[in-house]
Amino acid sequence: MAPQRSQSARGYVATVSLPALPPPIGTSGLTGWMRQNLFYNLTNSLMTIFTVVLIWLLFSSASGWFVFDAVMQAGSKQECLKIDSGACWAVIGKRIEQFMFGFYPEAERWRPLVCFLLLFVAIGPLLLPSFPARRQMLWFSAFYPVLTGVLLLGGAFGMPPVKTALFGGFMLTLIVGVTGIAASLPLGILLALGRQSKLLAVRTLSVMFIEFMRGVPLITLLFVASTMLNYFLPPGTHFDLLLRVLIMVTFFSAAYIAEVIRGGLQAIPAGQYEAAQAIGLNYWQTTRLVTLPQALKISIPGIVNTFIGLYKDTTLVIVIGLLDPLGIGRAALADANWNGLSNEIYLFVALFFFVSCFAMSRYSLWLEKRLATEHR
Amino acid sequence: MTPSSASKTTARKTATRSKAKNGVREKTAPKRSDKAGNMSVIKIEQMNKWYGDFHVLRDINLEVYEGERIVICGPSGSGKSTLIRCINRLEVHHKGCIIVNNTELTSDLKNLETIRKNVGMVFQSFNLFPHLTVLENCTLGPIWVHKMPKAEAEALAMEYLERVRIPEQAGKYPGQLSGGQQQRVAIARSLCMKPNIMLFDEPTSALDPEMIKEVLDTMIELAETGMTMLVVTHEMGFANKVADRVIFMDEGQIVEQNEPEAFFNNPQSDRTKLFLSQILGH
Ligand SMILES: Nc1ncnc2c1ncn2[C@@H]1O[C@H](COP(=O)(O)OP(=O)(O)OP(=O)(O)O)[C@@H](O)[C@H]1O
Ligand SMILES: [Mg+2]
Repeated sequence: MAPQRSQSARGYVATVSLPALPPPIGTSGLTGWMRQNLFYNLTNSLMTIFTVVLIWLLFSSASGWFVFDAVMQAGSKQECLKIDSGACWAVIGKRIEQFMFGFYPEAERWRPLVCFLLLFVAIGPLLLPSFPARRQMLWFSAFYPVLTGVLLLGGAFGMPPVKTALFGGFMLTLIVGVTGIAASLPLGILLALGRQSKLLAVRTLSVMFIEFMRGVPLITLLFVASTMLNYFLPPGTHFDLLLRVLIMVTFFSAAYIAEVIRGGLQAIPAGQYEAAQAIGLNYWQTTRLVTLPQALKISIPGIVNTFIGLYKDTTLVIVIGLLDPLGIGRAALADANWNGLSNEIYLFVALFFFVSCFAMSRYSLWLEKRLATEHR
Repeated sequence: MTPSSASKTTARKTATRSKAKNGVREKTAPKRSDKAGNMSVIKIEQMNKWYGDFHVLRDINLEVYEGERIVICGPSGSGKSTLIRCINRLEVHHKGCIIVNNTELTSDLKNLETIRKNVGMVFQSFNLFPHLTVLENCTLGPIWVHKMPKAEAEALAMEYLERVRIPEQAGKYPGQLSGGQQQRVAIARSLCMKPNIMLFDEPTSALDPEMIKEVLDTMIELAETGMTMLVVTHEMGFANKVADRVIFMDEGQIVEQNEPEAFFNNPQSDRTKLFLSQILGH
């Protein structure tokens, strides 16, 4: 118990520096991953097994109806039933063109098809920073709405005009959805900035617009678009119904986007504005280069959430007589030959929406990851 | 208390007091010996400011000459930050006038633009732009405010990043740097605007002790280049070594100002004495 001894026993000096060794087996690689994620402990292992069994049961019971017992080709529901007991996908095959184009004239359907293919060329450079020749391609993106308008409506370059009342199906969904998304983002940004403006008039107008649009159901706005707007317009003016719908959907979603972005802007510390001002940037430069990029980045989940909502809400246009995919589906169901196949038809429409919305959701995750620069 | 007291500043290279805390390295920026005939770059007269009903700055008079280094200290809440933030109009003053580089600060945006181009500011919390790389942080001002071509701005930025000794971090994002490195980037970012006045608001208060030195060293080097500097800090070692004048503020007033030696060794006002005894731990 000599205090001096115990003190020296606590002291320690390393005499060699230890070499780096490879990690023990089972902590890295595939086995490591499985151990970490699937069989970490007893509960974890049981959950894994339970989940696998559950997925297997679901899959095996559903695959019969969906795939193995399904009928791809038949002339009517009765024929389907005679052939096999599963899903009667034949109805989709019969109606696929209507599902895609609505009542767009058959001879002209190459026009929406071209628009659809070019859509990817147009949004590619907007969404992907590594798109080849991005700078030049952005010009195409800017020009794309005009191009689509001309192609779809016709009446120029020898293309016969097509009435918007004939537009329908997925084509209509895409027109309303993509236009709404593309137009509501810039409008929403302006509204969000307006709501924070120092100018009282700008602020008041923005608040009024946002609160009104958010306070009214979209269906109401669509009814307003289809009927009431006529009272406000000078008599005799023709104002296309689809165009009115586009405007209403854009306004509606812009109000939500504005609030999402305002949330993002409020999360930006005051120091960011001050630092930008201190190096001499003016209001618009500060917004464009410093605060807005950061606010948008924070708001990505909320923005995409709003867009997905808007995209699905395009089905509401059915109430004012536009033939979105659900409308086409209903028409198909009304056909005596195919009566009662609502499962197949609604599942098909659901699949279309799911694929689109899932793609948006994945893109937003990818974008978030790419833009992550905080490493703390 | 009058600005002219500064013009009597004499060389104090031989200052030998040992209050240099925090290991500021033994390197002394040459002090300016004579302000007479020098240009006044900042002139504040009878300036007052309120936050609502709270009278935060009271009758501030201050004249700063070109190349002068001024340290501002005082208890928390005494209005130090507010004072230097008024100089580039991050805060608006309500009475009196502030003239920077012969331009009066008013609500005129043109004047404000010219002044901000020539006044750099470094903040306690760095305020780097987290979505931009270090290099982009530095080139933002030159490119958008001075309309400099990108390549030229990048060369300029690299020059200043070398000055603050972190050129190798140019491609990183601020979140990947230590506090001391971030603050040095912030200094480089300000310098890229080629200001003739630099404002520092407690540049080392948010830093761990071992990083304080690297930032203070950078500031000392900057002082050696003859930059006009106004520094709010409690680093008395730095004040002692670099400052031409130390200003003590309390309750929105400039209570005492003097050259460092006299200020530390022979404070006049009781408030200054109390403050110094607290901060120097004597
Ligand atoms: N935006 C504001 N609104 C109202 N009061 C404020 C505001 N900013 C600062 N104040 C008050 O003004 C006073 C001076 O603040 P200032 O930040 O200039 O003090 P300081 O001397 O820099 O203090 P510190 O050493 O803590 O940084 C404080 O009492 C503070 O509470
Ligand atoms: Mg302060």
